[in-house]
Amino acid sequence: MALDEVKEIVESGENYDTDKEFKYVGTRPDRPDGLDKVTGRAKYGADHYVANMLHAAVLRAPHAHARIVSIDTSKAEAADGVKAVVIGTDLPEGLTGGDLHLQENTLARDKVYYDGHAVAAVAATSALAAKDAVKLIEVEYELLPHVIDVDAAMAEGAPVIREGEQGPTVPEGMHPNVVNYIEFGHGDLDAGFDAADLVMENTYKTEATHQGYIEPHACVGQLGDDGKGEMWVCTQGQWFIRKMCAAVLGLEASNLRVTPSEIGGGFGGKTTIFSEAISLALSRKAGGRPVKLVMTRSEVLRATGPTASTSMDVKIGMKNDGTMTAGKVVFRMQGGAWPDMAPTGMALNCAFASYDLPAVYHEGYDVLANRPKAAAYRAPGSPMAAFAVESLVDEMTRKLGLDPIEVRIKNGAKEGTKSSYGPTYKKIGLLECLEAAKAHPNLAEKLGPNQGRGVAAGFWFNHGGETSVSMSLGNDGTVTVSAGTPDIGGSRASVALMVAETLGIPYDHVRVNIVETGALGFNEPSHGSRATFATGKAAVEACNQAIGEMCRRAAKRWGIDEDAVEWKDGAVHPAGPNAGEFPPMTIKKIGQTMGRSGGPISGHHETTAGGVGESFGAHVVDVEVDPETGKTTILRYLVVQDAGRAIHPSYVEGQYQGGAAQGIGWALNEEYVYDDMGRLQNPIFLDYRVPVASDLPMIDTVIIEVPNPGHPYGVRGVGETGITPPLPAIANAIADATGRRLRHLPMTPAKVLKAIKNG
Amino acid sequence: MSNKIHVSTKVNGDAVEFLCDPRETLLDVLRDRLNLTGAKEGCGTGDCGACSVTVDGRLICSCLMLGAEAEGKEIGTIEGVAEGGELHPLQRKFIEHAALQCGVCTPGILVAAKNLLEKNPDPTEEQVRYWLAGNLCRCTGYDKIIRAVLDAAEEMRGAA
Repeated sequence: MALDEVKEIVESGENYDTDKEFKYVGTRPDRPDGLDKVTGRAKYGADHYVANMLHAAVLRAPHAHARIVSIDTSKAEAADGVKAVVIGTDLPEGLTGGDLHLQENTLARDKVYYDGHAVAAVAATSALAAKDAVKLIEVEYELLPHVIDVDAAMAEGAPVIREGEQGPTVPEGMHPNVVNYIEFGHGDLDAGFDAADLVMENTYKTEATHQGYIEPHACVGQLGDDGKGEMWVCTQGQWFIRKMCAAVLGLEASNLRVTPSEIGGGFGGKTTIFSEAISLALSRKAGGRPVKLVMTRSEVLRATGPTASTSMDVKIGMKNDGTMTAGKVVFRMQGGAWPDMAPTGMALNCAFASYDLPAVYHEGYDVLANRPKAAAYRAPGSPMAAFAVESLVDEMTRKLGLDPIEVRIKNGAKEGTKSSYGPTYKKIGLLECLEAAKAHPNLAEKLGPNQGRGVAAGFWFNHGGETSVSMSLGNDGTVTVSAGTPDIGGSRASVALMVAETLGIPYDHVRVNIVETGALGFNEPSHGSRATFATGKAAVEACNQAIGEMCRRAAKRWGIDEDAVEWKDGAVHPAGPNAGEFPPMTIKKIGQTMGRSGGPISGHHETTAGGVGESFGAHVVDVEVDPETGKTTILRYLVVQDAGRAIHPSYVEGQYQGGAAQGIGWALNEEYVYDDMGRLQNPIFLDYRVPVASDLPMIDTVIIEVPNPGHPYGVRGVGETGITPPLPAIANAIADATGRRLRHLPMTPAKVLKAIKNG
Repeated sequence: MSNKIHVSTKVNGDAVEFLCDPRETLLDVLRDRLNLTGAKEGCGTGDCGACSVTVDGRLICSCLMLGAEAEGKEIGTIEGVAEGGELHPLQRKFIEHAALQCGVCTPGILVAAKNLLEKNPDPTEEQVRYWLAGNLCRCTGYDKIIRAVLDAAEEMRGAA
């Protein structure tokens, strides 16, 4: 392509021609970090050891809600090996809003808000010495009444968790625990319901679940009296860690250098801070010695980001032919003891996103409860919303004797649909997914006794976000890319493929490094399914910039006009016969001679990435329900989802399968269980049981590719949509198998058995 | 702090000695004293399998065994799975099948799967699933892991 074309693409940034043949994009090479990860060499959060390092342990409250009367740390301070102790009042005062909330969650100051809330921490010369020392800290609590359930927290007489947090939109007279209220919609709702032959409404509940990443949070923090610090940490976003730790501790962000480790899963839960600032506070108190802080699994489950629990009302109108005429939802969600942590707004936006409806109305309540501060979890809000809406759609479809896929095709959102949450969709692939699901061989499988089939659609917006990427040319013609989004599931591979494609050089001539906060401008985390989309897009633009420079160098060397050259297959060529006869100047040659031709060659691009493309999907699940025990077995599972374009199809399939597995756990088994004192009863993996290999069948996948014109290779982002349909799809399959409709997750054997027995 | 225990053992065929606190687990010792950080602590309660190692050929969770109990034993960790710089077929197949995403469970799963194939070179899908039921993976849904193990088993049978 000629230089001016490159420039045009760099500047326009949108409406790329995605309808091309590719050499590297869409292939399945080995991931660049594969060797490190199969040999145990890859360094995760807890794998970092530095000279003179101390170890931290955290004391956590055993109460759901209590005032801290006093904390006596003297015995701990005097214990062998202890070098520092910190409590909430050691942190700077005067923070407000979200920063204050992060600080309160880091270390409680006046009150503890949930079982597991951190109240003090110790740094000592060994992990055992630190653990022993925290037991010597004496805390006097004044117990306060607590509330766990979202509906109970809104009810009259519920304990007030916080005063003065109620937002201005909350209707008058509501309980102070209702801190935010959202309402929106379009179309004539009454007319819509009037036009329906069948109007149904029901209430659904989901319980809090945890992201369940296998790697607990871990960091090594070092902070001197001069306010300069370093951190090694497992995180989805090193700049978020920097920003949040700096806010909580009153530091200047640029004085903190944060290096991300390899990350052992995150799913949204590692986009914020929990104990990271504690390691820095301890380090500063211990004279700047580095402090390693590694959470236990119990700490992870008790004190880090579960998702919201919900209570949801849905009302839908449908004609006898399946045409949907109106939809209304009222969602109540708690996200712990801090405002704005429940993904209420996003859940509402997702509720009817898969449908083209003339009239929709949404209402949402953000509610406080004595639970851990919720964090993002894969498509925040969408799985719960899908459970409620897709369950009711299914129930109505069955009642009218219609096919669940046909009803979704009939009402499905497509290009030009005004979405339920406002914007009009550009190119999207929901109908293509539904058609592919319909044609899949799994649907031809005959079902036996006690077996059932369930279908559901799912949606996620996807996200662009703040992105900064650099690439540089080596003197052998190979390329290094500096990216700011931690590689959580193969994004080094996908970025390398796009860079190889753009430059026309072999995949293994590209090395993608995930870099620390000093090496690039601000990057948002690997969240919102954005890493391959946004980092990839910026990497392509950075390459285009370097291509421009390489073209200029060659033109100068050849003594011809800059516009008379073009970049093709990893080399600069004369653009046409009039440009003169020159042998192609390869990237290797350019790299070898760049010191003499003007100096190092690199490309850089930063943007708040636009051009995001939504990803829709459809799941079909076959289950068998044991009528004697109520246990549900997944027999077959099919995920169909629009990737836009699959850069590395194996890792796209992996996202589909992983999302489905998490959704299956949420649907059937996972939940936060509390006793009547508000204490979490299942904070270990034995009792908070995530799906294991013997729980699941192979998970079939179909990748639909409706390219996103807002990305140079058509990428949409694939990480999140896959967790949304399993919740309703499995409920629908259980209804098909048993004739019983379960409206409260998880659908444990006990609940299913009860439904079978009670009718 | 002072009553450390002296332990002599073998790790991946090499003789090693260490001092440890009586409360330290084998996992603590491997990671903190022997610099072998391939085994991970995902739970500390034997539920996730990320710390899987072999002790005298038997698959265990190293978080459930004390370091002091390693005296006179032969420990096998992920760092010993590739022999002489050559990847074990399971390691190659895991990369080839994209059987890892974040990769933190991968060392434990590879150690467990290798142990399975030593006992049963021709496992069914169900046998692989039940053998690996003690190794949690939160990223993959297990599909590609199971395929990689079955494929490696087939290749190893062909080579045998």
